[in-house]
Amino acid sequence: MRSTITIPAAKTDLPEARPARPAIRIRELRKTFGELVAIDGVSVEIAHGEFFMIVGPSGCGKTTLLRILAGLESISSGSIEIATPSSQRPVNSMIFQGDSIFPWMTVWNNAAYGLKMRRAPAALIKDVVGHYLARTGLTRFADYYPHQLSGGMRQRVSIARAFANDPEILLMDEPFSALDAQNKLLLQEELLRIWEEHKKTVVFITHSVDEAVFLGDRIMVMTAQPGKVKTFVQVPLGRPRELMQLQKAPEYGDLISRIWSSLREEVQRARRQEEEMTS
Amino acid sequence: MSVQTISSTPANAARISARSRDRLLNLISPLALLVVWEACARLGFIDTRFFPAPSSVISTLIDMLRTGELVTHTAVSLERLAYGTVFGAVPALLLGITMGLNRSIRALFDPLIAATYPVPKSAILPLALLIFGLGEGSKIFMVAIGVFFPMVINTTTGVLEINKIYLDVGRNYKANRWNTFWTIALPGALPVIMTGLRLGIGIGLVLIAVAEMVGAKSGLGYLIWSAWSTFAVEQMYVGLFVIALIGFLVTLGLNELERIIIPWKTD
Repeated sequence: MRSTITIPAAKTDLPEARPARPAIRIRELRKTFGELVAIDGVSVEIAHGEFFMIVGPSGCGKTTLLRILAGLESISSGSIEIATPSSQRPVNSMIFQGDSIFPWMTVWNNAAYGLKMRRAPAALIKDVVGHYLARTGLTRFADYYPHQLSGGMRQRVSIARAFANDPEILLMDEPFSALDAQNKLLLQEELLRIWEEHKKTVVFITHSVDEAVFLGDRIMVMTAQPGKVKTFVQVPLGRPRELMQLQKAPEYGDLISRIWSSLREEVQRARRQEEEMTS
Repeated sequence: MSVQTISSTPANAARISARSRDRLLNLISPLALLVVWEACARLGFIDTRFFPAPSSVISTLIDMLRTGELVTHTAVSLERLAYGTVFGAVPALLLGITMGLNRSIRALFDPLIAATYPVPKSAILPLALLIFGLGEGSKIFMVAIGVFFPMVINTTTGVLEINKIYLDVGRNYKANRWNTFWTIALPGALPVIMTGLRLGIGIGLVLIAVAEMVGAKSGLGYLIWSAWSTFAVEQMYVGLFVIALIGFLVTLGLNELERIIIPWKTD
């Protein structure tokens, strides 16, 4: 059985057994900060198990959109419905941009945080955390503190923490933007491998077109502020994916140039807005 | 033509020797002061009624240890210091973290703390004697007051300085109030809290000496005060020395405590 949570209104009584119901349904979402319109009329449906990418210029409200989905930000108007598991599982877990693992906890305790917060049985925590630390190559570092790890390893802990929490949807806010190119590639591939296990719904924000095409099933391109949907791009590439193989495929290059040409106008518009503001 | 050789001194060895050299220098300055002092006293350059020779202070110290007098006074002061620290630090910790996490509580208590903090703590002593009498209560209260303010201010600051992303993580991973307190606010603020505790105990030590001078029949403050009234200058120096020693040992102890309870701290 599935129920629905609507933000901000209370539970809505939708009839059961609607198989095609999306994991996330956003309708005419609007978010303002005072005078500033951050998100203006975004509507989208994200299917169960979809790896959904959002790209857009800086300041287009993509992080705000993710924070709204994460329940860290309210909405001004419109609605969001998220299909929620009837069990004890959480609705979403977020992988934050930059360092977000607790410096005062060991790798193990960081990865176990979500499960501990919802009082999962110790045996389950041991199994699940052990599994995801192994999947992220951190088993040997379980007792380490974050300051003893590299940036790439810290972000792996963050990934393990989110997956171990076993949420309905995973929210990722440019998780690899602070990493160097090689580490970024490694972590993208690792992320795909771990994701392939259960194919959870993912909403992933990035400013990198390459990353969007490499990881995503579908890409939403956003306009410069105020953030609207510019276009949706389906990624017709099979899985499992490997970057070396992809780069040889002609449709890969086509996709990238298509998305980039659509995005370029917005990046330029964002820059003009910035210049006007500073002058 | 000359050849320049860059010899490789292992960086580690160099650092260790620098550290041990620092230790040596740390020892030399107080020892040199004592030697000069002793010499001046013996040669009659200074008035030994005010500045008795270190050797005579040490022999007084040994005498007082033998009679048990010094141990009793020290134990009494330490006990008051310990109770006062607990009674000051625990409420300060709880209030400070709550103030750091909750805007309204902060708005409520901030003006009270800002108004009472600048009052010289020693000026409250008569009030403490009035309320708690001449017994242990007034001394413990004075230490607690001294510990409370730096602790509450540092704890609030420490919580406010925690990177907001950690609180977002807590919310996203559904940490309740209790867990936010114990798993984020307290450990996140702990390094700053320890600085507050260090400052607080320092002030507590000052206040216990003052409080014992006026309203007590025991303790190191009383020892120093009664030495003045009987003109037993050596005893006075013994009292001062023991207070300094306590301060020094408390600092060492807190460093060690910090190493144990903050294993993630990087130097």
